[in-house]
Amino acid sequence: MAAPMQARSLWAEGIALALIGLFCVFPFYWMVTTSLKTQLVALADPPVWWFTPTLANYREVLFEDRVGVSLINSLIVATSTTALAVLLGCPAAYALARFEFRGKTDLWFWFITNRFVSPVVLVFPVFLISRELGLRDTHLALILMYLTFTLPIVIWICTDQFRSIPRELDEAAMLEGASQWRIFRSICLPLAMPGVAVSSILSFIFSWNELLFAYILAPNAAKTAPAMAISFMEGYDVPYGKIMATSTLIVVPVLIFALLASKHLVRGLTMGAVK
Amino acid sequence: MTLRVPRRTIAAFIGPAVAALAIVGVAPLLYALWKSFHDFNLTQLARQRWVGLQNYQTVLTDSDFWDAIGRTALLFVSAVPVQIALGLAIALVLHRPGLTFWKTLTRLSLVLPMATTYAVVGLLAQVMLNQKYGVINQMLGWVGVDAINFIGDPTNAFIAVILWDVWQWTPFVALVLLAGLSTVPPEIEETARLETRSPWTVLRHVQLPFLIPSLVAVLILRTADTLKLFDMVFTMTRGGPGNATEFIAILIERVGNRQFDIGLAAAQSIIMLAITIVLARLYIRLFYREVS
Repeated sequence: MAAPMQARSLWAEGIALALIGLFCVFPFYWMVTTSLKTQLVALADPPVWWFTPTLANYREVLFEDRVGVSLINSLIVATSTTALAVLLGCPAAYALARFEFRGKTDLWFWFITNRFVSPVVLVFPVFLISRELGLRDTHLALILMYLTFTLPIVIWICTDQFRSIPRELDEAAMLEGASQWRIFRSICLPLAMPGVAVSSILSFIFSWNELLFAYILAPNAAKTAPAMAISFMEGYDVPYGKIMATSTLIVVPVLIFALLASKHLVRGLTMGAVK
Repeated sequence: MTLRVPRRTIAAFIGPAVAALAIVGVAPLLYALWKSFHDFNLTQLARQRWVGLQNYQTVLTDSDFWDAIGRTALLFVSAVPVQIALGLAIALVLHRPGLTFWKTLTRLSLVLPMATTYAVVGLLAQVMLNQKYGVINQMLGWVGVDAINFIGDPTNAFIAVILWDVWQWTPFVALVLLAGLSTVPPEIEETARLETRSPWTVLRHVQLPFLIPSLVAVLILRTADTLKLFDMVFTMTRGGPGNATEFIAILIERVGNRQFDIGLAAAQSIIMLAITIVLARLYIRLFYREVS
């Protein structure tokens, strides 16, 4: 009797898993198929599931509509801000993990608070300041502003990582006469590489996805891909195929990165509270 | 043992990061605080003058502001319980032994929605929820429901935002709760399962106590993210129709960017920041005790 019972519950479980998977993946399926439809097919009523796919939307958005340029802008901004965050964040994380000093808890509190601050609180003052400094519509303005979330991410994840490296290694090197900087650079940093990699991937994802700063601070020359995608919404005849082609181009790289860092994404989103 | 290090070395390690974050994260806040005491509209720059607390008075008596706060709260209390219920169900299925390969695959698919560019999530809503061409209405038609005007009707647009928030964040909640479930010591769970056949009893008396930290984390982070919610709603409805989906971040954007009233937007931002700091403090108190 036990065997058929078990088989049935396995089936139920399998179906539940399939439904969960479908729930998560279906919108992506619809996005990609819509991007392969001509405007005529995309506006079919009712929607069609079988049609002759075309790459015309991709050709148009990449070569006629400056989506290619905006993707490059996104790439420049996300890569630079990630590199800068790692450069500034790793030594700070090492200090938080290893040294005792006054105000450490407050500093820690302040870093974490940034996870909660809404960009909308910062964006208008930054808009005014960047106009004064001639930084409006430049990559640099976005790269710097994205530090508000990339730097904390790097610091949190790397502090955890440095803590997991045995202190004895530092102490042994110290007895050998190595400087603090050398210990960090040649002993701890190489061992902390997994944390550096994960936090880089996460800061890349978050910067690549950002819309509000990009929308307000970079309206033309430095326009990033998400801001480009929403500019198609203006006007009466909404080009669904083109919008979904642009969306696909934006989403595919982040999804690849997300799958690579899948084990750590939740940790990143909860700022390490959930392992 | 703590390494004894000169203060100069510590400053060299941590100074650059602190300076950078102070410049990009704190200086604009101080500037916003300063501007919040001014009558400052980008269309009437000549009129700029000190008005003290007048902007705050306007905000606190402004029905738009309170409506936006109310809407944000309503979104939170409608979406988050659904996310927790569905997320818990998903986590419990994934937590069961067996079908390992398929569970790994499902867990990977759960990662996708939360990583998706929020703006794209909003655009997807536009395409999939369209009254005529949308696939969701087609599917509703299969089960005999008439096409719904999701984006154009105030109540439906609000429901659409809830649905879309549930789609994007249920997987996150599921994964956080799954992590919580894995903190239950296996021997305790096994003993409990030998004693009772009811999965409900196991959940209630054995697993739930271990899930409390995860649930608290979910509640606080979802509160923060609902307060921050901008990209998805902006691309989906721009806060409309009317101001049916004008949540707090969208309201501030409208006042600052479409009405050019920077002084008022700054006052709203500062109030929002105060709420944020209270939340963050709560979160840190609950989760980072070991640091201090």
